[in-house]
Amino acid sequence: MPAPIRLRELIRTIRTARTQAEEREMIQKECAAIRSSFREEDNTYRCRNVAKLLYMHMLGYPAHFGQLECLKLIASQKFTDKRIGYLGAMLLLDERQDVHLLMTNCIKNDLNHSTQYVQGLALCTLGCMGSSEMCRDLAGEVEKLLKTSNSYLRKKAALCAVHVIRKVPELMEMFLPATKNLLSEKNHGVLHTSVVLLTEMCERSPDMLAHFRKLVPQLVRILKNLIMSGYSPEHDVSGISDPFLQVRILRLLRILGKNDDDSSEAMNDILAQVATNTETSKNVGNAILYETVLTIMDIKSESGLRVLAINILGRFLLNNDKNIRYVALTSLLKTVQTDHNAVQRHRSTIVDCLKDLDVSIKRRAMELSFALVNGNNIRGMMKELLYFLDSCDPEFKADCASGVFLAAEKYAPSKRWHIDTIMRVLTTAGSYVRDDSVPNLIQLITNSVEMHAYTVQRLYKALLDDISQQPLVQVASWCIGEYGDLLVSGQCEEEEPIQVTEDEVLDVLEGLLVSNLSTPVTRGYSLTAIMKLSTRFSSVNRIKKVVSIYGSSIDVELQQRAVEYNALFKKYDHMRPALLERMPIMEKTASNGPTEIVQTNGETEPSTVEAKHPPPVTQPTNQANDLLDLLGGNDVVPVIQTTIPTKPVSAGGELLDLLGDLSLSGGPAPAPAPSVPTSQPPFLLDGLTSQPLFNDIAAAGIPSMTAYNKNGLKIDFTFERANPNPNIAVITIHATNSTEAEMTDFVFQAAVPKTFQLQLLSPSSNVVPALNQGTVTQVIRVLNPQKQQLRMRIKLTYTHKGSAVQDLAEVNNFPPQSWQ
Amino acid sequence: MFIVVLCDCLSLPPTPSSHLFIHISCFVIPSFQMQFMLLFSRQGKLRLQKWYVPLSDKEKKKITRELVQTVLARKPKMCSFLEWRDLKIVYKRYASLYFCCAIEDQDNELITLEIIHRYVELLDKYFGSVCELDIIFNFEKAYFILDEFLLGGEAQETSKKNVLKAIEQADLLQENIDFQMRLFAGVMVPNMASEASGLFQN
Repeated sequence: MPAPIRLRELIRTIRTARTQAEEREMIQKECAAIRSSFREEDNTYRCRNVAKLLYMHMLGYPAHFGQLECLKLIASQKFTDKRIGYLGAMLLLDERQDVHLLMTNCIKNDLNHSTQYVQGLALCTLGCMGSSEMCRDLAGEVEKLLKTSNSYLRKKAALCAVHVIRKVPELMEMFLPATKNLLSEKNHGVLHTSVVLLTEMCERSPDMLAHFRKLVPQLVRILKNLIMSGYSPEHDVSGISDPFLQVRILRLLRILGKNDDDSSEAMNDILAQVATNTETSKNVGNAILYETVLTIMDIKSESGLRVLAINILGRFLLNNDKNIRYVALTSLLKTVQTDHNAVQRHRSTIVDCLKDLDVSIKRRAMELSFALVNGNNIRGMMKELLYFLDSCDPEFKADCASGVFLAAEKYAPSKRWHIDTIMRVLTTAGSYVRDDSVPNLIQLITNSVEMHAYTVQRLYKALLDDISQQPLVQVASWCIGEYGDLLVSGQCEEEEPIQVTEDEVLDVLEGLLVSNLSTPVTRGYSLTAIMKLSTRFSSVNRIKKVVSIYGSSIDVELQQRAVEYNALFKKYDHMRPALLERMPIMEKTASNGPTEIVQTNGETEPSTVEAKHPPPVTQPTNQANDLLDLLGGNDVVPVIQTTIPTKPVSAGGELLDLLGDLSLSGGPAPAPAPSVPTSQPPFLLDGLTSQPLFNDIAAAGIPSMTAYNKNGLKIDFTFERANPNPNIAVITIHATNSTEAEMTDFVFQAAVPKTFQLQLLSPSSNVVPALNQGTVTQVIRVLNPQKQQLRMRIKLTYTHKGSAVQDLAEVNNFPPQSWQ
Repeated sequence: MFIVVLCDCLSLPPTPSSHLFIHISCFVIPSFQMQFMLLFSRQGKLRLQKWYVPLSDKEKKKITRELVQTVLARKPKMCSFLEWRDLKIVYKRYASLYFCCAIEDQDNELITLEIIHRYVELLDKYFGSVCELDIIFNFEKAYFILDEFLLGGEAQETSKKNVLKAIEQADLLQENIDFQMRLFAGVMVPNMASEASGLFQN
C-alpha cells in the first residue's frame, strides 16, 4: 500500500479543482483512502491522515470518522501525534458526544507529563473545550499546576481554572488557596491570566468579591508601575506598556470598586492618572482610556472624575477613527441617565454624528439624541431630528418617528408646534409610523379645541398634495369629517384661511374611496367622514348618493358601513344629527402614548423593531366592554354600533376586519373606546340542552354540532378537551361539500368576542371534494379564561364552478360543555 | 364588535410573561469572553475557526455562514464593530483575509482589535511576511500559534517574544521539521495574487 499523500500535497491538489463537483470527488477519494488507512490501524501515517481530515473538515466536509483516531493520536508518545491529536479533538469533538470523555484519562496523564509543552497541550485543550464531567475529574490536576513555579504552565493553568469555574461553578472554592500569591508574580503572562481568574471568581461570588477587595492596593501598585515604568520592549505596544494587562486590571478594579466607597477611593488617583497620561494617538491608548471611563462610571467615583470621564468620551466623539466614535456613543448612551447634564454639554457633537456614514453610529446618535431632548432644547433638537428623519434610511424611520412623537408629547412648547411637528412626521415618513399613532394624533387634535380649524386646513392641504401615506390620510379624513364645517367656512386664525367649497371637500374624500393607494381601513375612514359631513354640509343628496353606491361594494366592511348609513338616512333620520355630532374630548389614558424606543441592533431589519414593541396596554372601561362585546348586533340597533367613535372601529379596523387584509400578527385591540352609553341588547341563548343528540367518540362527551349549512357547504364542529388547560377548547371543523362541483381555494376564518382568544392551525387542505367524497378539517383552539358563552362569527371563502363565493355566518349554537 | 386573533403558527402568541421567561432562560453572568474567532477570505472561504463555546457542527456552520455574509456585506467606510444576535462582532481585514471575533456584551471592542492585531503580528513574525497562502497551507501551525496566544478566549501571554519562543521550542520537538515543505509549497502554487499579498501590505 503506497504511503498516503502528504498534507500540503493534498491541499495543493484540492485547490486545483475547478468546480465544486471536482473538489467533492477528490475529497471523497481521499476520504476513502484515509478510511481504509484508519482501518489498518496504521500508526505511522495516522497523524498525516488526521491532519488531512482536518483540512477537509474546514472545507465543510464531514469528518466524524476521524474522532477516535484523534484519541489514538493523543495517546501516542510522539509529540507530533499529540499536537495534531489535540487539535483534532478541539475541532472535531464536542461535549455532546460521549466520545470526548475518553480523552479524560489521556489529558490527566499529559497534565503530569515531563515535557511542559505536552502539559501545555493538555491544559489548552481542557481549557478550550472541557465538558463539566471532564472539568470535575481534572480540576485537582489544574489546581496543582496553578501552584507550580513554572510560569509557562502557571498562566495556562489559571485560564484553565477559569474555564473549569465557568463549567462547574461549585468548584470555585478549591482554587482559592492557589490564588494567594498570584499577583506577586513578575511574569506578565501569569499576572494577566491571574487577573482574569480573579475577575471570574469575583463576578460569580459575592463572598469572593468581598475577600478579594483587599487586593485593590496591590492592583493599583501594579498598574502604577506599568504606567510609570520606562520602555519595556517585551511588552510595549506603540509606547504603552502591556495594554492588555492594564485593561484587565482596570476591569478588575471596576468590579471591586462597585458599590464600595473605600475601594473606590483607593483607586481614584490611579484612574485619574491613567485618564490624563495615556497617549491617545493610537487605538491602543484609546482602548485603555475606554476601559478607564467604564470603570470610572461604574464605581463610586467623585464627581470631578466623572466629568473627566465624560469629557474623554466627548473627545472620542471628535476622533477621526469611526471605531472610537462608535464606542463613545455607546458609552454615552449608558451614562446619559445618570450623568445627564455632563452629557448635555456634548449635545452638538452628538447631533453632528447623525450625519455620519456608518449605520451603527447613526443609530446610536439617534438614540442618544432622543435621550438628550428636554424642555429647553426641544425646538432645536427637533429641527435636527426632523431633518434626520427626512434623509435617513428606511430602517431608521419607524424608530425615529416614534421617538419624535414621544419627545413632542413630553416637551411640546405649544399645541400648534406639536401639531405641526406631527404633521411634518406624517408627511415625510408617513408610511413608517406605527399603527397607534393614528388614534393618538386624533386624540391630540380633539383635545386642542382652539386648533381645530388650523389643523383641518393643514391636513386638507396635505391631502391635496399626497394621498399615498395612509396614516396621514386617515387622520386627515377623520378631521375633515369632524371639522369640515370649519374648513368650508374659512375660520382659521393661525394662518391664511383657504377658500374651499363643500363639493371640493367631497371630491377629495370620494377620491380617497376610489384610489388604488387607499387601504380598506382608509376607505372606511373616508366613508365615515363623508357620512359625518351630512350633518355639517348642505349637500346631503350628494352624500346620500355616495353612501348608497357603496351599499353594494365588494369590500364587506365598506358595504356594511354603507348599508348602515343608508338605514340611518332612511329609517332613523331623526337620530342622525345627534349621532353624528362633534366628538367629545377624549380622556387620555397613560397607556395611549407611544412607548419608548427600544434600543435595537444597528443591523436588524425594521420588522424586528416592530415586533419588539409591546402592544399598548388597553384599559377598556366597563361601558366600552359592553359595546365591544356586542355580538349578533346585526339586527339589533346597528346604528348605535356603527357610531361608536371611529377611533376604535378604524384603529382596530384591521383587526375587526374579517375581510381583505387579515393581519396574522395577533394582538389585543389598541386604544379603548370612549364611553358612549348604549343599551345592551339582551342576548338569548339559543335553545341548548345539555342532552347531546349524539356523542362524538373523540370528544370527551362534548357533542358535535353543525355550525353552517348553506349552498351545499356544511361545516361541523367537533370538540375535544384533550388539552390540560381547561380553559382551552379544541374545536375541529369538518367541511363537506354535497354539490357536484368541488370547492377550491377554500379558506375558513373565525372571529370571537374580545374576552376570548383564538388560534387557527393549518387546514388539512383547501379543496373540498364534491359529493361529500372527502372532508377538509382544521383545528381551532379557543382560549376562554372567563368561561363566557362561546360565540363565533365565521367567514368562508371558496371558488365554486369558477366564481368566487364569500359568506359570513354566526355560530351561536355551541353546546354549553364546550365553554363551561 | 369582534376581536380577531388569527395565526397559523403552532404556538400561542407570546404573552408578556412568556417573553419574560425567554429572557431569563438566556441570562448569563456578564462575562468577558471571546466566543469564537473566524478567519475567512474575501470570497467567504473559511481559513480558520476557533470556537470557545460548545456548539453543534450544524450550529457552527449556520453561524459561520450568516456571519461571513454579514461581514462581507459591510462597506469599507463602516466601523469595525457590529452587533449580531446578542454578541458584538469585531472584525478587521488584513489584505485578503478577514479576522473576525465574537465577544460578549461587556467586552472592550478596542482591546479586541489589539488582540487581533497581535495575532497577525505573531503570524507575520513566524511565517515572515505572512500572506493568506501561508495560512492555507499551514493551517495547523496557525492554530498552534493561536493556541499559544489565547486560551479559552483570553490572552495567556502578552509578550510577543514569549509566544514565539514557545512555538519555536514546540516545533523543535516535532520529529518532522517541515520547513522544506513550506518553502516548496510557496514556489509551486499557482499565482493567486490576493492570497500571496502580505497581510500587512494594505
